[in-house]
Amino acid sequence: MTGRLTRNLLALLVFVVSVFPVYWMVLTAFKPARDIQAETPTFWPSALTFEHFGTAVHAQGFWSFWRNSLLVAGGAVLLSLVVALLAAYAVARLRWKGRRGFILMVFIAQMTPWEALLIPMYVIARDTGMLDTLLMLTLVYFMITLPFTIVTLRNFLAAVPVELEEAAQVDGCDRPAAFRRVVLPLLAPGLLATSLFGFITAWNEFAFANLLIIKDQDDRTLPVWLSSFSNTFGTDWGATMAASTLFMLPVLAIFLVLQGKVTAGITGGAVKG
Amino acid sequence: MLTEAPPARRPTSSRVVAAPGGRRRVLWPYLLIAPTLLATAYLLVYPLLRNVIISFQQFGMAELIRGGAGFAGFANYTAVLGDPEFWSVARRTGVFTAINVGLIMVLSTLVALLVVRLDRVMRLLVLGGLVLTWATPMIAATTVFQWMFQSQLGVVNWALVSLGFEQFRGHTWFADGPQTFAILVVLIVWQSVPFAALTLYAAMTTVPHELYEAARIDGAGGFRSFRSITFPVLAPMFGLVTCLEVIWVGKAFVQIWVISEGGPGRATTTLPVYAYQIAQSLHRYDLGAVVSMLMVLLLGLALLFYFRRMFREEAAT
Repeated sequence: MTGRLTRNLLALLVFVVSVFPVYWMVLTAFKPARDIQAETPTFWPSALTFEHFGTAVHAQGFWSFWRNSLLVAGGAVLLSLVVALLAAYAVARLRWKGRRGFILMVFIAQMTPWEALLIPMYVIARDTGMLDTLLMLTLVYFMITLPFTIVTLRNFLAAVPVELEEAAQVDGCDRPAAFRRVVLPLLAPGLLATSLFGFITAWNEFAFANLLIIKDQDDRTLPVWLSSFSNTFGTDWGATMAASTLFMLPVLAIFLVLQGKVTAGITGGAVKG
Repeated sequence: MLTEAPPARRPTSSRVVAAPGGRRRVLWPYLLIAPTLLATAYLLVYPLLRNVIISFQQFGMAELIRGGAGFAGFANYTAVLGDPEFWSVARRTGVFTAINVGLIMVLSTLVALLVVRLDRVMRLLVLGGLVLTWATPMIAATTVFQWMFQSQLGVVNWALVSLGFEQFRGHTWFADGPQTFAILVVLIVWQSVPFAALTLYAAMTTVPHELYEAARIDGAGGFRSFRSITFPVLAPMFGLVTCLEVIWVGKAFVQIWVISEGGPGRATTTLPVYAYQIAQSLHRYDLGAVVSMLMVLLLGLALLFYFRRMFREEAAT
């Protein structure tokens, strides 16, 4: 068994290695240009500046990329929440023929290697005139997040005692009313957590956004825009890092909101983006 | 057929709500899953089938625009499998996956073992750091890595020069094949360790303490008790995480595409990147479809293993 000091030093090393890139990103975003250009980098800012954030925000099309990303990710998550809630209820609460087969299908769908479906998606989008539309992207993200949403909501639903629902039914509610008045309020935190995770997946997605939106540059989403930062910012690393920081901000906020649920929920479902 | 579904038996599980009504009761579940089935059929099964079909067609730029792709039999498959380029890409994908997954599993096991042995404050610090890394969007990570490995002002070159490696002054990492490959490995390992480490850590905390006590009394050291207790008890978990990482690394596309587009030369072209290149730059959608089909088949092995485990767990609950 290694000593306490060694362990703590190792822990510190792990912490520094995992946090450094993010720290470096945020630090560069706030550094004055002369510090960024300096021969010897500084690991603590001599002064803070919002100049780079200004450059990023005023970049051509910044707000429309931001809006597109919000629309696409938000639309996909709302759609998959509604569709998944129905399916999750059927799986968690009802007994029917084909239930196990359906669960298996959802598990398989969850593991779809989406990278392998880029080409047919592109062809289908072209055939149906949906190429270069945000709707197509929304539908793809909806499908990417749907299986995960069903699995997670089903787990949350299973945790709500059936007796509550039965009691409401005894008191004269029909089944939809019992669901709406009793189950839904208890399910709210689960719905929130699940939708936020779906949102992150859609928010970060790059491959489909890069492939399905080509003609109209204003219809691009943030990840695609950010990936071609050198077209926008050239070698202005301060602005590039500021834009990356802004892009990461909503994701970080969501992780902070969810805190404990993050590790428990994700590792429990063994889900990965 | 929905109408042929047998009249619902009395629910056997206490989790199931007894539903009133006869016929409606049979239809209800199917109405509830109908939207999911429709979406899956159109947005998942159809593209998959379409991919299979395209892989058997003559499908280039002309067919994309005008339609009317002709049947090509196995011509595309023989073309791809007969191309030495494909085999070198496949081999590279295998090496890339093996190196990444190996590093990820070793490092995350070490990190998890470390975290278990930490005091509360240090543990929270490390877990917090891991979650932060995990939360970092892939695109943000790629831009930061490009900045850290930048030739003139990059912090990595500065650090290496400061350590006495003069040859790294102004060194251009992304001009060299193996070095770009190495940076991608570092990036992917850095991004993947948090998930694996957090999962393994969570699993390790479930191993009963008495087992370790008993081992210590029997005189087992740290390594012994890992080999004879932690690993055997958690073997299914290790298997599961390894599967997930193989799948995840094998189909990794975004990091490679954004950082190097598979270059310089072909140094970092793995199967998903190769499929994309063929389709997008050469407009050979048919050959691209073949490559992605072969990729799915290869990943299918890892997937199969994963599902067997997943379903065994599912059956247990």
